[in-house]
Amino acid sequence: MKRAGFASRWLPILLLVPQLSIILVFFYWPAAYAVKSSFYLQDPFGFGQTFVGLENYASLSNSAEYFKVTNFTVIFTVLVTFFSLALALLLAVKADKVIRGAKTYRTLLMWVYAVAPPVAGFVGLLLFNQRWGPLTEFFGSLGWDFNLRADYFDTAFAMVVVSVWKQVPVNFIFFLSGLQSIPKSVREAALIDNRSASGRFWDVTFPLLAPTGFFLLIINITYALFDTFGVIDTLVQGEPGNNPMTLVYKVYVDGFRGNDLGGSSAQSVVLMVLVLALTVFQFRMVEKRIHYT
Amino acid sequence: MADISLSAAAPVVPRRRFRWSTVVDHAILITGALIMFLPLLILVQTASTPDVETMKYGPGLYFGDQLDDNFRKALFEASGFSGENTGLAMFKNSMILGLGFAFGKIIIGMMAAYAIVYFRLRFATFAFWLIFTTLLLPLEVRILPSYEITQKLGLLNTYTGLIVPLIASATATFFFRQFFRSVPEELVEAARIDGAGPVKFFIDILVPLSQTMIAAMFIIMFVYGWNQYLWPTMVTTEEGMYTLVRGIKQIVQVLQGGNEIPEYGRANVLAIIAVLPPVAIVIFFQSWFVKGLTESDK
Amino acid sequence: MAQVTLDSVRKIYPNGVEAVTPASFQIKDGEFVVLVGPSGCGKSTLLRMIAGLEDITEGALCIGDNVVNTLDPADRDIAMVFQNYALYPHMTVRKNIAYGLKNRKTPKDVIAQKVDEAAKMLNLTDYLDRKPAQLSGGQRQRVAMGRAIVRDPALFLFDEPLSNLDAKLRNQMRIEIKALQRRLGVTSIYVTHDQVEAMTMADRIIVLNGGRIEQIGTPSEIYHNPASTFVASFMGAPPMNLVGAEMQDGTLSFAGLELPLASSMRGPVTLGLRPEDLIIDSHGPLAMEVELIEELGAHRLLHGQVDGQRLTVHLAKEEQVALGPLRLSCRVQNLCLFHPETGQRMDGGFAFNPAQTRTEERV
Repeated sequence: MKRAGFASRWLPILLLVPQLSIILVFFYWPAAYAVKSSFYLQDPFGFGQTFVGLENYASLSNSAEYFKVTNFTVIFTVLVTFFSLALALLLAVKADKVIRGAKTYRTLLMWVYAVAPPVAGFVGLLLFNQRWGPLTEFFGSLGWDFNLRADYFDTAFAMVVVSVWKQVPVNFIFFLSGLQSIPKSVREAALIDNRSASGRFWDVTFPLLAPTGFFLLIINITYALFDTFGVIDTLVQGEPGNNPMTLVYKVYVDGFRGNDLGGSSAQSVVLMVLVLALTVFQFRMVEKRIHYT
Repeated sequence: MADISLSAAAPVVPRRRFRWSTVVDHAILITGALIMFLPLLILVQTASTPDVETMKYGPGLYFGDQLDDNFRKALFEASGFSGENTGLAMFKNSMILGLGFAFGKIIIGMMAAYAIVYFRLRFATFAFWLIFTTLLLPLEVRILPSYEITQKLGLLNTYTGLIVPLIASATATFFFRQFFRSVPEELVEAARIDGAGPVKFFIDILVPLSQTMIAAMFIIMFVYGWNQYLWPTMVTTEEGMYTLVRGIKQIVQVLQGGNEIPEYGRANVLAIIAVLPPVAIVIFFQSWFVKGLTESDK
Repeated sequence: MAQVTLDSVRKIYPNGVEAVTPASFQIKDGEFVVLVGPSGCGKSTLLRMIAGLEDITEGALCIGDNVVNTLDPADRDIAMVFQNYALYPHMTVRKNIAYGLKNRKTPKDVIAQKVDEAAKMLNLTDYLDRKPAQLSGGQRQRVAMGRAIVRDPALFLFDEPLSNLDAKLRNQMRIEIKALQRRLGVTSIYVTHDQVEAMTMADRIIVLNGGRIEQIGTPSEIYHNPASTFVASFMGAPPMNLVGAEMQDGTLSFAGLELPLASSMRGPVTLGLRPEDLIIDSHGPLAMEVELIEELGAHRLLHGQVDGQRLTVHLAKEEQVALGPLRLSCRVQNLCLFHPETGQRMDGGFAFNPAQTRTEERV
């Protein structure tokens, strides 16, 4: 709050009412509802519900399928996060370095940010089309019989590629702006102190980018967990079958398609706890380690 | 005389060294730009090619002459069963979602941030936590209960049900709070001495000061709203309420099944229309957008 | 125009910190008073309480004849100039100056006339349609002044208005502000941490330290008769030399200096000597080891040690000196004595032996 805040009593309350009422109805109520539903078993025909305690959670922890989905989600998240960060960093460092056409490159490398994930998935469908997809043909020429939606590994591969393609621009924008905010004097000092360009990068630039990188790490994990829904749903064309899926996709499939509200809610709660832990971790790290200013 | 001696003594300046590394840098950047661009070019190519050719041979190297025709079909002819989801109708819905979401989020966020930053409020800390906890959990993790509640409130297949639950997170509020806190303290003090009350200060000073920030937020929020997929997929079941991005799901399902020739041309035009507005905004207002995006998270 | 009276005005923050201990003083109509002190001494808090930007915890504040403790800033008939000017960045100079009048529902033609007058007075006429970002630091400062002037306030408040300017501009604006205040005759309270501003601008200075008033007086009183070691070392550049000395049997002794004093006090005291009161004298009682000579053009400063204690000597330009040993005497009539622990002035009642001759005075 500002030192000299206004003293009006009713106005701030009036200003807060829209925000508070929306989050109470569409955030806290659903969140509480999810927690509550996770302790109940929904009658499949919609007639009432029975309290079952922790049974939904127990069956989750015993479910081989849930374990498989969790496994895939972790691998998927790690791959998407790593590749989209690494590629974006490479491009950002180069875009920051070149003198000619820097602005054009920036535009060309960032605009995909605005492409909706399902559209990215749709483009993936064309690229990986079984009969004539350009990438399928390319893999075929290498002797890889690529089979989207029929082969578990191939589908997972396509999901990672499309998700990375969609995410690189965001990371690129942040890395580039992080690079540009490194003071000129620091770069000049490094230029005098160190002959080798790669030495300068790893000793000076990279550590100074660490706060940006850490922030992006969290953003990318969140992206891989949640925002890739559109990519995945489009690539499997709405019919997951035996194809890989992420935890969020499973919440949707079990709850919305399978009408298993209790089980789906239990999954939601597990996800909530996961995200909360991630956020707490983020705040702690930001406070503790990466703090240069 | 003087200049003769000068030129005689002039040292030989070596020409700037040609660097292979610069070529490599450009090569990497160009490759990156192509990888970003080519997949979307395929959309345009197939959208201009007759469906039969696409079905047989896939994307080719040359553009066809069907673009106009496919655009007309996509925009004005309905697909699906009800005949209500023409491209134009979906475009309208996408606009309503994008604009409604952006305006709603900004107005509500600014009001709440103003209350939190500029007023002495007894339960300020409590309100702050209540609001900012929402940053922790994205809509996706509470998607089903949100759906159930929206249904209970009778908001399925309404614009309210489409937009308002998406607004239930405090990203914009947080952003404006950060920005308001960076506004010099003395400005509000000067305004108070100048006789401006809270409402006057907000309208005369704070809103004009926030112009750039509002623009940046607007772009980010519009793109975010326009690109929503999961939530529209759940709450809109009537074809007349579909947005373009939601429509992708239907397109994909149409492509999958049936014995007829899939309408690639029309489908790809719809995908292009779904991509064009947000991309155009992001490119044209690039500097605002980048500023908004990178500053919102500090 | 008005006088300002503070009666035991006190500030305690919600976290329990006492920012201002009960302060009482009166500022006469038309007087220019400077609040000076190091950062965190409570001077800004005091000013902001007078402005109404900060609540007064205890005590009464009167502007004119009215107690204004609970009045809104806009209703106190004041104008304030801020350290960072606090100009509205999206408004032109004209709108910035006019905003306060507009909010008071002043008729448009009156606003226009007053803005033009103020602009003329401050040499801003050519800049009225520019935005603050297009102005130099000095011009922004003038706009802030203009905003204050047009309101014809009973009281001007200045919160370190010059600290964002470079040294040259600061000197110039200092003179401009002072001249303007003289001309308008408006009671003014000016906060600064710069003792030069305080000395040159003030009719009266209030020195604050740790939320407490150390001394109130004219610049001359403050300089020549500091009430404590704090005031002595804060006011004046270079500051007063403060050295440890001994009192015994009516004699004050420091290094080789022995001074008869009409006092029965005994024990250690702090002796204050202004650098300009130390004189080069080959027969002087003080032996100084000069370690550094600062050349300032119009004069020079010698830094060195006497009996293991640091000392600075102010020297006229024509005197010749070199590094190494040097003998000094001092003008005793300007000596100050302070309590060695509390730092409070002690020699108020004492008199140096009046029977001394001019040469002896130099001892």
